[in-house]
Amino acid sequence: MDLCFLPAHELGRLLREKKVSAVELAGAVYSRIDAVESRVKAYLLTLKEEALNQARAVDAALASGEELLPLAGIPLAVKDNICLRGVETTCASKILKGFIPPYDATVIERLKEQRVVFTGKTNMDEFAMGSSTENSGFYPTANPWDLERVPGGSSGGSAAAVAAGEAVLALGSDTGGSIRQPASFCGVVGLKPTYGLVSRYGLVAFASSLDQIGPITRDVRDCALLLNAIAGHDPRDSTSAPQEVPDYTEFLVPDVRGFRIGIPREYVGEGIAPEVRAVLNRVVELLEGMGAEVEETSLPHVRYSLPAYYLIAPAEASSNLARYDGVRYGLRVPAEDVVTMYKRTRSQGFGAEVKRRIMLGTYALSAGYYDAYYLKALKVRTLIRRDFDEAFKRFDLILSPTAPTPAFKIGEKVADPLAMYLSDIFTLAVNLAGVPAISVPGGFAGHLPVGVQFIGPPFAEGQLFRAAYALEQEAGLAAKRPAL
Amino acid sequence: MKGYEAVIGLEIHVELKTASKIFCSSSAHFGAEPNANICPVCLGLPGVLPVLNKRVVEYGIRAALALNCEVARFSKFDRKNYYYPDLPKNYQISQYDLPLAQHGYLEIDTGNGRKRIGITRVHMEEDAGKLVHQGTVTTTPYSLVDYNRTGVPLLEIVSEPDMRSPEEARAYAEKLRSIIQFTGISDCKMEEGSLRVDANVSVRPAGSQGFGVKTEIKNVNSFRALARALAYEIERQISVLEEGGRIVQETRTWDEGKGVTLSLRSKEEAHDYRYFPEPDLPPLVISREWVEEIRRTLPELPDARRERYMKEYGLPAYDAGVLTTTREIGDYFESCVRLYPRPKTVSNWVMGELARLLNATNTEITASPVKPEQLATLLKLIDDGTISGKIAKTVFEEMFNTGKDPQAVVEEQGLVQITDAAALKAVVEKVIAANPKVVADFKQGKDKALGFLVGQVMKETRGKANPQLVNRLLKESIANSDN
Repeated sequence: MDLCFLPAHELGRLLREKKVSAVELAGAVYSRIDAVESRVKAYLLTLKEEALNQARAVDAALASGEELLPLAGIPLAVKDNICLRGVETTCASKILKGFIPPYDATVIERLKEQRVVFTGKTNMDEFAMGSSTENSGFYPTANPWDLERVPGGSSGGSAAAVAAGEAVLALGSDTGGSIRQPASFCGVVGLKPTYGLVSRYGLVAFASSLDQIGPITRDVRDCALLLNAIAGHDPRDSTSAPQEVPDYTEFLVPDVRGFRIGIPREYVGEGIAPEVRAVLNRVVELLEGMGAEVEETSLPHVRYSLPAYYLIAPAEASSNLARYDGVRYGLRVPAEDVVTMYKRTRSQGFGAEVKRRIMLGTYALSAGYYDAYYLKALKVRTLIRRDFDEAFKRFDLILSPTAPTPAFKIGEKVADPLAMYLSDIFTLAVNLAGVPAISVPGGFAGHLPVGVQFIGPPFAEGQLFRAAYALEQEAGLAAKRPAL
Repeated sequence: MKGYEAVIGLEIHVELKTASKIFCSSSAHFGAEPNANICPVCLGLPGVLPVLNKRVVEYGIRAALALNCEVARFSKFDRKNYYYPDLPKNYQISQYDLPLAQHGYLEIDTGNGRKRIGITRVHMEEDAGKLVHQGTVTTTPYSLVDYNRTGVPLLEIVSEPDMRSPEEARAYAEKLRSIIQFTGISDCKMEEGSLRVDANVSVRPAGSQGFGVKTEIKNVNSFRALARALAYEIERQISVLEEGGRIVQETRTWDEGKGVTLSLRSKEEAHDYRYFPEPDLPPLVISREWVEEIRRTLPELPDARRERYMKEYGLPAYDAGVLTTTREIGDYFESCVRLYPRPKTVSNWVMGELARLLNATNTEITASPVKPEQLATLLKLIDDGTISGKIAKTVFEEMFNTGKDPQAVVEEQGLVQITDAAALKAVVEKVIAANPKVVADFKQGKDKALGFLVGQVMKETRGKANPQLVNRLLKESIANSDN
């Protein structure tokens, strides 16, 4: 029995039936990390000792007859932009090297209540800016399905860890596709929740109006279980929604009869790789075979997603990242005066992509340009949101490829930022509209996994799980794993 | 001002005395050890988020209503971006285009009667921290930062450019302080920085309607400094224009020691704050019910109280104005009048002796060692003849220094008025015998001479003699000596 590749819901049952101990499970994960991490490089740091201690506590609780919560003892990897008290949190940036948060993110608090075992902090594009994890300030992560390819990004470390069996579950964050695109590239499930469903407290901000934390998991049931644990109102996040959260596992029925599913023609036109189109077509056949009604539709303004996103996200980032100045924590490059210290610290601490976005955002907010850029982008955002509102009057869900291509080669797009930006072309609009979307494996392009994306109305995560679960059962891809 | 007219507008920051800060639960109290009142949120650590303190909005609405403003139904927060080590996020959460309240006014007294000064807007924002230098800012080898003040709630209150002289500006600032202080939302202490004033000023030919180029004056630390700085700056601008020069739009700082304003930075060097809506805070929707609820709990404000003092107590306008400068002075006055219902007498004592000693010892009226009840008792002792009005001042000073009751002071020091004619007779005879020339003058009709003799008797009795009685006894004795 290869524990590392079982889903959390299976492992939870084995733990409760005492067929496996939490310490054995953690041990298996660290053996796997020892075996493959040097090639995958999913982690920035691992927490073996702490994890084994947490696992022992779970075993002790179980032995004393305590009723365990669903995720107790499950090894989970945390993207390095989520604060875990006492553990270095760098966002894969040199500028935060040495920063140890004195507090837990709300999602971490909730997972500690579950007695989850934290395996380590995963690699990412610096400050979540990128689509390949090549923008990490430390080293790139490899795709477990093909070590010469990227795992996607920015949550590439989290997706690669789950795909490679180096963690059972992972947390990612998604500002423009950073959970879904790596999930697609790595053959795992990734959910970007409705804006406001999961607290952002303790998530190091990239673009505050777009960021959401979400699950990256082996299958759809795990995704629902992890969302159950982290969703819900948090008084420390004023943008968190005050509503009740359902038990998402109740939506896991393999039945999409009568589901009306729209495919926006803007998402299946030019720029999409033939092998991705083939996977999408196959998924449509499967869904129709199960009784769903799939129809072409239009989201007329989504073609402006990319320009709107690359004004709004950098504008917010330029302000959010202003605090990294060498005064209080992280990197400080000393100088004679404070302004020179700011300049040296930020010049040496930030990588090229982060600097590019800070400059873009600063420009977009500057006096005389605000109306033409930032304000105009906000108006486009409203139009995109309305497109989705309209579409959801006719459709239960929207279906699209998650990314236009399967995982690309390491180095292939680093010199061409625009080409890199285009790999998020199908995911950006979802963040601008604030709606939820899930990427679920749809098929393969040769040896590379290809995901598809279901998009739903706000707070319709249950619907997404239902469709994704049905597809997962029908496609029968869950047993596939990378040959590492 | 030689054919020129000044145009002045003020921006006043008021620190709110809420228990906690505007966006976190750290204490907002002044005076703690450096960096004692901080948490991850006000330190702006990576990943933290602001949560608006409802009490700040309530206080803001209270101020807005007291200043006759319209409270917005829909308001929002914005980020003001600039780099400074005392600003941990390197942006300040403030309000830009949709402030809490707009279109208010207050009234000041001028030489030509009352004048209404418009209030453009009232908005909420977070305060920055404080840099501590070794020596001066230019020579210090390093600076320390105290983040206690970071995130303390502020209201910024911006006036219309309606003031025409330094005196009007000062009257506006003082009136605003009174009103805010009456609402109980701020201590409004300039010396502690809980009230800060920046002034915008320009000059134009008298009678002209357009505006001249303005300068902004910072670093005025008292109302007196505000008036001095404006007077200097107005003169400076006029001289520049008279000499054919042009005013440069700039920020200037007031140098209290030298009594001059100095250029700090020009318009070209001014920050581009790159305001944009704060994405971490949802827009603020304020219900009319809440506003009305707050309006109902507003206390009596200075103007209304002044009117009442004139009507109810028959006080002159001047007295009523002074006694309503702060809520505490008025409260003291009224507590005293309740026990001793001669308002003008109480007013004289509160504005006179009490104010003098409070000023001299730099004491707040609420901390006055002489309580209103004690002052009332003292005044009764004068009325019933136990002590003279002159001795009462001595007694009051002793009460102020020791906190003792007036009866105790009078007894301890033997200050009871001598009203026994027999006891005084001997002193009177002695004074008459010692001053034959003065007595002769009096007899020849020099009334003033009697005053001298009374003074001598008072001196002999260390002020304790009843002056009316002394007067009578002197006249009687001199008349008798003629027989």
